[in-house]
Amino acid sequence: MTDAHSTEIALAEIEQFLYREARLADEHAYAEWEGLWTDDAHYWVPAADDRDPASTMSVINDNRRRIATRIQQLETGRRYAQSPPSRLARTISNVELIGVGDDPAGDLLVGASFVLVEATERGRHVWAGRLRLQLRPTDDGLRLARKTVDLVDRPWHLPTLAFLI
Amino acid sequence: MPHVTTNRSATVDGLIEPTRVHGSLYTSPDVFAAELEQIWYREWIYVGHESEVPSAGDFVRKSIGPQPLIMTRAADGEVRVLHNRCSHRGNLVCVTDGGNASSFRCPFHGWNFGLDGRLLGYPHPEGYGGRNALDDLPLPQAARVASHEGFVFASLASDGPPLEEHLGDAAGEITRLVQLSPEGRLDLRAGWLHHEARANWKFLVENETDGYHPQFVHGSIFSVGDSRIGDLYGEKSAAVTRDLGGGHSENDLRPEFRSVGTPMWWFGASEDRVPAYAAALRRARGDAEAERLMVEGAPHVMVFPNLFIAEITIFVLQPLAVDRTVQHATAIQFAGGEDLNRRLLHQCVGSAGPAGMLLADDTEMYERNQAGVAALEPEWIDTRRGMDRERVDERGHPVGSANDEIGIRGFWRHYRSLMADGSGRP
Repeated sequence: MTDAHSTEIALAEIEQFLYREARLADEHAYAEWEGLWTDDAHYWVPAADDRDPASTMSVINDNRRRIATRIQQLETGRRYAQSPPSRLARTISNVELIGVGDDPAGDLLVGASFVLVEATERGRHVWAGRLRLQLRPTDDGLRLARKTVDLVDRPWHLPTLAFLI
Repeated sequence: MPHVTTNRSATVDGLIEPTRVHGSLYTSPDVFAAELEQIWYREWIYVGHESEVPSAGDFVRKSIGPQPLIMTRAADGEVRVLHNRCSHRGNLVCVTDGGNASSFRCPFHGWNFGLDGRLLGYPHPEGYGGRNALDDLPLPQAARVASHEGFVFASLASDGPPLEEHLGDAAGEITRLVQLSPEGRLDLRAGWLHHEARANWKFLVENETDGYHPQFVHGSIFSVGDSRIGDLYGEKSAAVTRDLGGGHSENDLRPEFRSVGTPMWWFGASEDRVPAYAAALRRARGDAEAERLMVEGAPHVMVFPNLFIAEITIFVLQPLAVDRTVQHATAIQFAGGEDLNRRLLHQCVGSAGPAGMLLADDTEMYERNQAGVAALEPEWIDTRRGMDRERVDERGHPVGSANDEIGIRGFWRHYRSLMADGSGRP
């Protein structure tokens, strides 16, 4: 098998994984979405450029435990900012296999772009940005180890962002 | 009063009663315009914190309502609040959030201003009859600037009561917060979340010390976390809501914290979780005082009209339009409390801002409030909760149970005094 061929397979698998993750988030399939994460997960939406999440504010800075709390809150049905839930449609594109992490897990470092329309009674909001992902190959397929969402409009006011971005 | 922006006038006479206020106060553009003139561009407004501009040449962009400002520390060490508007043709002179600079150069025609606002130079001076001919055109400064424990306030009116009078007993709550730092100062440089609510600013202010809503609006997170916040505002709570006067109000949770008596319980922790902080505070204040501070915790106080100190988070409210308000939020960080600060930041990020597990739901309520008052019946918003159990404390402040609408009534009493026709204020 040539390198080019294996890269092609990897990319196809990566894309399928990203599309599934996007669909589960769009459909508020909380438990299934949560199941995509590894135990050392990091879900990060920075509030500004060049920030260290350990010492500065983030829109979201969830470890695995906090992802679970976020999901549990949504599942109560009384997370009013998502009850009723936003209607969501997102497109993932520009998927790029950037490299392989040098840790033993061999995480795939993946970049992608997204555009997401959120429709609520409040109106429509277009969310867009760059995804920086670390996908871990496991016996059960790819898992999400790290997801960083670089919103294009993060320097300015953001409306409520209570769905899974 | 150089900052009058409109000739529209609105009267709030007859719209504010002791136990109810009229819905149109949240929806009328005329009322909003009058509020800008009579409150936001006249009263003491919280602008920023001295720690945001620690060194000479430091600056940050700030605001009062829709007006863009710059807070600077010039070479003389003084903190100033400047209007972000070139004195030539009105261009923004600063479009970066903050940094360090020797001057602000307006990109439109190259006018150059010092961080103290002085006009340092302008290209092709012969068109103005030479250099130094425009001494009347500095970057205008806020008419009055004063600070309390590093919190910088500005008033855009040259006359009015001094800051200490405006703050009244709210000043003590700010001081109480700062005392929790082993070094006696805050460091508010963790950056900001800017969360927009499609709602009138008064819905936000009213909610900040409303102890009635948490068990309902935040029931979802209380039920899945191990949070004890819900109980603090329950019917059995010993905590009180206090009208501090001047439109300021607080939820004083100390009676509950004292009855538990465990240092750092207020933060949902114990001393051994933040050993370096606890040791530093004990060294700085002595064991007895440090223990008292760690038991009583941080305040939950709304400083009229735009500074909300919520134990672990500083919120700054910025009204942009009658139905649009931005909530700026940053984590409280105590100088000399690194191990505590990491935890404060983590909790603050989890609870505040657009994705916050508390504030997203508060903001949802603000927006539904705004949508709801589009219905014109019933015309009034009711504020009577706890009227019959209101009492006066030893300092003369009205207090009531943890979930009474004391703070809301205090807000409106002060608001009416500022907005009333013929209030006699300049």
